[in-house]
Amino acid sequence: MEIEIDGKVANVPDGSTIMDAATRLGAYIPHFCYHKKLSIAANCRMCLVQVEKAPKPLPACATPVTNGMKVFTHSELAVNAQKGVMEFLLINHPLDCPICDQGGECQLQDLAVGYGGSASRFQEDKRVVFHKDVGPLISMQEMARCIHCTRCVRFGQEIAGVMELGMASRNMHSEITTFVGRSVDSELSGNMIDLCPVGALTSKPFRYSARSWELSRRKSISPHDSIGANLAIQVKNNVVMRVLPRDNEDVNECWISDKERFSYEALNSPTRLSKPMIRVDGALREVDWKVALDYVAHGLKDVVSNSGGESLAALASPQATLEELYLLQKLTRGLGSGSVDFRPRRRDFSTDGKLAGLPWLGLKLSEIKDLDAVLVVGSFLRKDHPLFAQRLRQLAKKWGKVSLLSVGGDDPLIKLHAQVTVSPAELPLALAAVVKAAAQLKGEAVPAGLASVEPCAASEAIARSLLDGEKRAVFLGNAAEQNPQASQLHALALELSRLTGASCGFIGEAANSVGGYVAKAVPTALNAYEMFAQPRQAYVLLGVEPDLDCHNPQQAVAALKDAALVVMLTSFNDGAMLDYADVLLPITPFTETSGTFVNAEGRVQSFNGVVRPLGDARPGWKVLRVLGNLLALPGFDQDTSEQVRDEIIPAGQALLSGLDNSLSGLPWSLTAASGSLQRVADVPIYFADPLARRAPALQKTHAAAAPTARMSAQTLATLGLTDGLPVRLRQGSGEAVLTARADETVPARCVRVAAAHPSTAALGEMFGAIDVERA
Amino acid sequence: MLTSESLKRIDREIAKYPAEQKQSAVMAALAIAQEQQGWLSTEAIECVANYLGMAPIAAYEVATFYNMYDLKPVGKYKVSVCTNLPCMLTGGVDAGEYLKKKLGIGYNQTTSDGLITLKESECMGACGDAPVMIINNRRMCSWMNPEEIDKLLAELK
Amino acid sequence: MAILGALNPMLSVGLDGDNAWRLADYVKRGGYQALRRILEEKLAQGDVINEVKKSVLRGRGGAGFPTGLKWSFMPRSFPGDKYVVCNSDEGEPGTFKDRDILRYNPHSVIEGMAIAAYAMGAGRGYNYIHGEVWEIYERFEEALDEARVAGFLGNNLLGSGFNFDLFAHHGYGAYICGEETALLESIEGKKGQPRFKPPFPASFGLYGKPTTINNTETFASIPYIINLGGETYLEAGKANNGGTKLFSVSGHVNRPGNYEIPLGTPFATLLEMAGGMRGGRKLKACIPGGSSAPVVPAATMMDCTMDYDSISKGGSMLGSGAVIVMDETTCMVRALERLSFFYYEESCGQCTPCREGTSWLYKVVHRIESGKGRPDDLDLLASVTTNIMGRTICALGDAASMPVQSFIKHYRDEFAYHIEHKKCLVPVEVQRAGSGFFTATV
Ligand SMILES: Cc1cc2nc3c(=O)[nH]c(=O)nc-3n(C[C@H](O)[C@H](O)[C@H](O)COP(=O)(O)O)c2cc1C
Ligand code: SF4
Ligand code: FES
Repeated sequence: MEIEIDGKVANVPDGSTIMDAATRLGAYIPHFCYHKKLSIAANCRMCLVQVEKAPKPLPACATPVTNGMKVFTHSELAVNAQKGVMEFLLINHPLDCPICDQGGECQLQDLAVGYGGSASRFQEDKRVVFHKDVGPLISMQEMARCIHCTRCVRFGQEIAGVMELGMASRNMHSEITTFVGRSVDSELSGNMIDLCPVGALTSKPFRYSARSWELSRRKSISPHDSIGANLAIQVKNNVVMRVLPRDNEDVNECWISDKERFSYEALNSPTRLSKPMIRVDGALREVDWKVALDYVAHGLKDVVSNSGGESLAALASPQATLEELYLLQKLTRGLGSGSVDFRPRRRDFSTDGKLAGLPWLGLKLSEIKDLDAVLVVGSFLRKDHPLFAQRLRQLAKKWGKVSLLSVGGDDPLIKLHAQVTVSPAELPLALAAVVKAAAQLKGEAVPAGLASVEPCAASEAIARSLLDGEKRAVFLGNAAEQNPQASQLHALALELSRLTGASCGFIGEAANSVGGYVAKAVPTALNAYEMFAQPRQAYVLLGVEPDLDCHNPQQAVAALKDAALVVMLTSFNDGAMLDYADVLLPITPFTETSGTFVNAEGRVQSFNGVVRPLGDARPGWKVLRVLGNLLALPGFDQDTSEQVRDEIIPAGQALLSGLDNSLSGLPWSLTAASGSLQRVADVPIYFADPLARRAPALQKTHAAAAPTARMSAQTLATLGLTDGLPVRLRQGSGEAVLTARADETVPARCVRVAAAHPSTAALGEMFGAIDVERA
Repeated sequence: MLTSESLKRIDREIAKYPAEQKQSAVMAALAIAQEQQGWLSTEAIECVANYLGMAPIAAYEVATFYNMYDLKPVGKYKVSVCTNLPCMLTGGVDAGEYLKKKLGIGYNQTTSDGLITLKESECMGACGDAPVMIINNRRMCSWMNPEEIDKLLAELK
Repeated sequence: MAILGALNPMLSVGLDGDNAWRLADYVKRGGYQALRRILEEKLAQGDVINEVKKSVLRGRGGAGFPTGLKWSFMPRSFPGDKYVVCNSDEGEPGTFKDRDILRYNPHSVIEGMAIAAYAMGAGRGYNYIHGEVWEIYERFEEALDEARVAGFLGNNLLGSGFNFDLFAHHGYGAYICGEETALLESIEGKKGQPRFKPPFPASFGLYGKPTTINNTETFASIPYIINLGGETYLEAGKANNGGTKLFSVSGHVNRPGNYEIPLGTPFATLLEMAGGMRGGRKLKACIPGGSSAPVVPAATMMDCTMDYDSISKGGSMLGSGAVIVMDETTCMVRALERLSFFYYEESCGQCTPCREGTSWLYKVVHRIESGKGRPDDLDLLASVTTNIMGRTICALGDAASMPVQSFIKHYRDEFAYHIEHKKCLVPVEVQRAGSGFFTATV
């Protein structure tokens, strides 16, 4: 299709709109309701343009291009129409830009300068619109500013997958609202703030804390989940004021999750650790760096020389930077210990040493949109990976058949092809059923060991979807990787992939779930679980809070309390660490250091600090390097984080090489689930990492409500428990008292008790046996 | 919240539409809920939304868009008077004024005994019968001169 | 009696008697013969459409679009679901003809829709009925039951192998749902917000499927066209304006009501049929096609014949055939104020020019009416209407603007008087007398 816009010619595919063509030509057509990722509403009418032979101006966003079309965006007809619309938009809009929070970054303000009249001809009373309280994240305080573009409504329906906002009433009294007093709870809700072209929806935590022109905008990468969302961080006076998405179609498109948007509040938390601390006579005291580092170096050396290298273990958070992870393992190995790991929530490590390459997603994020079928195994999709789930949601809307094998029946807000919800212990069996069904459908011999497995209708439907179509994928989620039989799941997924031709991969829990492998932060001796099961003399903890981040916090904390030396490299000084740490070394969070995250697809994304370190905090990689020097270990002479990175990944490499999920020599042995009551531990989205759990606004959301003990009505009845009454939960030597809740999404014979929360930190294994009784 | 009788009526409406288009029955379902309750409470809207598998806010959009839903309690009888131009020419506005005086209330008000709520309404598609008014969304009264209005009021007790 | 008067009627023939609406009565009048013949003779779909084309039946809902042509846009051989939808939302002030068709002759609509469904290969239909006429909705449901039992609806119609089922959907108080795409949204269980076109309903209609929407009277005319033949139907009216049409006469006449007359009948004849001007007063103005049509001064109106072309030449539109008659007791400012309030109130609120513009128009007209007008208000109104017209998603924006423009054009003096003297040219007592509310109606 050939189209001419203001004399410039473009060729566009059939089905394009005038707006698409203009975008291609780089011609700007004013608009409000149009958004490239949302359906076309054509309601604002700002984009009216003149089309040759059309008697009336037409909306560019909605008018399909016809061959030979001639469009004029600046003709008298077009400009008059645009000016007319602008006048209408302004008549009921408060004209108080100087006091509006959106001032300086308002699309209406920008366009009004070009298209608005100077004096208003509207001399009636303006519309009055009441403000609404929709929760701690979005402010709807100023709804009189709304121009009814319905971007926020369409975002909910189309991208977030849940309609929480709507436009109620009609005529000029139409107003955007939630259902009578409800809050907006979507984990992607903050994007509506970005989408709102005026100051109607604003960020509650950010509101009136700065003017847009006082902020400088710096690039960064999200440290939370494994997507590696690209961020624009806005800074004023060396303080992070706001976090926004940075467009990257291949990674996060133009979105970020609320966790990524609002966690920044933790960076300015009063519990930030700004000086090193050492336990003296039982209490932690501030010291200066030199004292602290000498103390640590001596302490480590003593332990190693007295009890041997293996008496030391090091554990890092998978959200640590690549550089930190690399230097930590180097330090540990330099001291003679192979007990270093970065996977604290993992339980089954039997694939270690059998991996053919670096485990990863199995395909690129941008390839998801072209898949025909997807199977996700063991994931609380929306809460674990909001943006990954969003991609699957869009896929399911188009043609993709998305199925879910999970340990909780949470609604992923994705149109599912099939869903199977089983206990964690049965998850391998459920996957085996799909494998067997696939083999049967293909007419291949049933893989050994699966003879007794019985595929159900759903497993057959899943197998069939994975056999049909061209591009298919199997993804293992967090709950699969954390499962006590993770290696079985891995092997079964590979078998399924072999049978069906689907790719197979891991969604990955955190920013460096792939990076940790390439940084070699994987054990050659004790792994993240064993290092606490077989207590060590000394521990070095990097960015990890074992009471909240470990598979078995009870066991981890016990080991730490007994250890001679616990060194924590951390950004905070609060919580349980005050009981078990001997040394706190203040390291900077991602905004105050340079570093690298390698996302699930193996994308290497380096970033710089956006503000100076707080107080005496120092980048983790520097602290580790100095420690290496103090311990006189070789290979600690890097001057910059880039030098560290280049030791690991060839300079300039954007996508990692050596990605491969294959296994060599792992027999599977399916075990039947035992009869005892099993715990299902999800990691609630806003408890998942040290930043999110310290962000006040996020902590006020419904998603951050204190954990309860959830089980089906039948399980409740069997145990003689009552919905709403307190119950005592026991695992090992620890217990917790929570409220019982009836919840039919929980599999039979299971109790869902969230991990990563202080109220459940005394409990044991995430998916272990659990006792429940009336409290 | 909704009686089994109401749910049965809603089911009959749902059956009019293709199986995956239950939401099509929302207008009828809200009308049925309103008939049962006398008005549409938040709970009733949510109940209808859940029954039809739609977001509560989507049902709320519908309930607030169409004029005949009452999101606040109304009197035992809701009397809606058409005052649109064709009716106005033939006494629609005067009929409204007459009712106001007789009842001692204005539009959108309810008599102190809770019996009658008066509403001004748009064209009812009965302009030839003006003045016209509708009782409780259901019963249309035509050619309402003062005498007829008096009779009607005597009847609504 | 059903229809107050008629000249050479078709639709309203034999509608006397309480049971005229019943299936048995309809069949006695020759009802369902057209459908029966089509099914028995297995008439080609194209032939049915051609017959309708020949009749030059123009849509009775307002726009007057040729029905046969509209039907030919449907992708007849499109495999999936297709729909026919009847627009009985009749909310245009002044119009009340569809109510009477459904009240007295519902089976003509059912038969017309079944024929349309056959011609376009649709398997399902809906009739969207104005919420305020509840007893009509209930009666239509009863008529549907009758038709189903008799085999005129459902699977395998009259043993022909053709399936068509029809359901009634009621509105609940929103004028905009008369706009065809808003109506579809409403059937889908949403707010009645018009869709941007293209795509048109013929390719993307109800539930995204090909759909044809016609007015009640349009469908009701179909059996007569099939029975009489397209040409005979056309000849009943005048060239380019086939057939007879129902006119809803309201306002200052002695016998307001529905009248069926051949298109092309002089307005004077219609006025006479409606009993002439009330109290013998003089005709001042007339809105000949429902409240959205421009107002026409008496002299011009008396020269018009009642058909699409003549009314259009007179500067207005035949629209839905709602004839609102105003005598000299009418204050044109007050009349416009009421209409402007209507469009402001009924705007769906979706698109900017209509949402903001209709409320602005009302506020200014209201100000003038209440004696607070300003000298430049008439220019302001003209400019605001220009900024609305042709720039909205649906035609409600135009519908709200045309009365404003035409009232000011023809009665500028009255508006100017209001602004200058802060009161009405027509004394309030005179206006009141005009309504006849307190003096027993004739
Ligand atoms: C604001 C608005 C209101 C309308 N109201 C009605 C109506 O009440 N009844 C109707 O038949 N058509 C109405 N129409 C016209 C319909 O959109 C549509 O053109 C008509 O139903 C088509 O049927 P026809 O071709 O048989 O006339 C309205 C249009 C607009 C823009
Ligand atoms: S013109 Fe009015 S009624 Fe039509 S879509 Fe726009 S706002 Fe809605
Ligand atoms: S951007 Fe086209 S109408 Fe809003």
